[in-house]
Amino acid sequence: MNEHDTLGERLAQQGISRRSFLKFCAALASMMALPPGAASAIAETLIKTKRPSVIWLSFQECTGCTESLTRSDTPTLENMIFNMISLDYHHTLQAASGYGAEKSREDAMKEFYGKYLLLVDGSIPLKDGGIYSTIAGRTNLDLLQEVAKGAAAIVAVGTCASFGGIPEARPNPTGAVPVSDIIKDKPIINVSGCPPIPVVITGVLAHYLTFGELPALDDLGRPKSFYGQSIHDRCYRRPFYDQGKFAKTFDDEGARNGWCLFELGCKGPITHNACATTKWNGGTSFPIESGHGCLGCSEPHFWDGGSFYAPLSTPTSPLNLATDAVVAGAAIGAGITIANRMKKNAAKSEHQTATVADLEK
Amino acid sequence: MNLQNIPVSIESAEEYSIGSLHALLVEIATLLEEFARDGTRGSIDLNSLPFAAGEYDKLRQFLGQGEVSVRIEAVGPSEIMETRYPGVWWVTHYNVEGDIVADMLEITDIPEIIKSQSADIAAGLELLRAQLNDEVPQ
Repeated sequence: MNEHDTLGERLAQQGISRRSFLKFCAALASMMALPPGAASAIAETLIKTKRPSVIWLSFQECTGCTESLTRSDTPTLENMIFNMISLDYHHTLQAASGYGAEKSREDAMKEFYGKYLLLVDGSIPLKDGGIYSTIAGRTNLDLLQEVAKGAAAIVAVGTCASFGGIPEARPNPTGAVPVSDIIKDKPIINVSGCPPIPVVITGVLAHYLTFGELPALDDLGRPKSFYGQSIHDRCYRRPFYDQGKFAKTFDDEGARNGWCLFELGCKGPITHNACATTKWNGGTSFPIESGHGCLGCSEPHFWDGGSFYAPLSTPTSPLNLATDAVVAGAAIGAGITIANRMKKNAAKSEHQTATVADLEK
Repeated sequence: MNLQNIPVSIESAEEYSIGSLHALLVEIATLLEEFARDGTRGSIDLNSLPFAAGEYDKLRQFLGQGEVSVRIEAVGPSEIMETRYPGVWWVTHYNVEGDIVADMLEITDIPEIIKSQSADIAAGLELLRAQLNDEVPQ
């Protein structure tokens, strides 16, 4: 493996014009919330940058984060991002397998020790010695600790790698933890979301390559340019919240009028992400635009934060219960479960459909 | 199958305003004033602004179309249009699938993307010289 060439050389080899690259940088500036005028400066910097080696480790995850990136709506521009890096190990995407795959990781680590970027998706199980997820016979914990040693920085891609995510949801059977619980001596940037917005992943990489450092982060280690504002603050339905106009059910007049979904459980006010402006599916829409509240998937413990359909004002705090309260809660929970099952059975016997609202009464 | 091939039509919501339009037009006027005064270029990233249904189209209608429009084919099309307010350009970049990847207003005499880039000029010159050597037209 040789020292990587510059992005400019790479683009020239592929016959991509500088104007095309300038256009790409305009899109990058937009996604990084930089002034559009910064596109020229970004282009000048990136064109001379040597492509860094990137090692991508996938642990306890569903591959949704990789899907988000590779099935993004902008394939050609995303290809340019892949031109900007040398993806030397990604066990889902690479052609090599078995010993060949592990050798390419080891070669990249040796050649670019101290310089490579480490991307991680998925959480890391610690229970029972970490045996619940292994790669090439090694635990995720072992692999992460080894690869992190030589990394210049770590990008935790997705909510699982950032905060533990769904594997860490109660009762957390595998003892799953995020990257930041294990690695304490490297800069870590959390790109949370389930999955994260593809342009946020690429934007973070572009920022690192352009400025040679990690972007400004919030208190949860996420880039402020994407997570600096809440979904609520950027939501086009926000004026209805201010006016006190709320949809009460998913098919009432308020819902049809596009009123605020707060009372239907929208977690937008406590969720920080760029969905409201970046949107999904080629800029088509984001969940609230499709009539469903935000689930809060880019926040820690979103899976355990109470019902997705209960308003934030509902006094539930399942994450901060004391031990005895947990015992009491378990009993109450069991009672509620039985009650819900009875309601569901009753509805079934009467040929009625049990709705989410029924179960939460 | 890509997104465009899925036969789903998006029903536009009833129009209402959240007040973005007026604020945006004031900002455009301020930037244009600065450019006219001392040549300071400005730009507004439309992707980062929340628009209520109909507001984006109203902005298009208000700014209108001026004398110049340019289409560029570079990793997907780009449309650059001078609005009816000279110096205010609407620049929209699309990817090859036709989705908008950047959408901005530029306050300048000519957007940078329209200009021939020096690296491209150098590459073009090299190509021209090589072709002149290989196949000289008679």
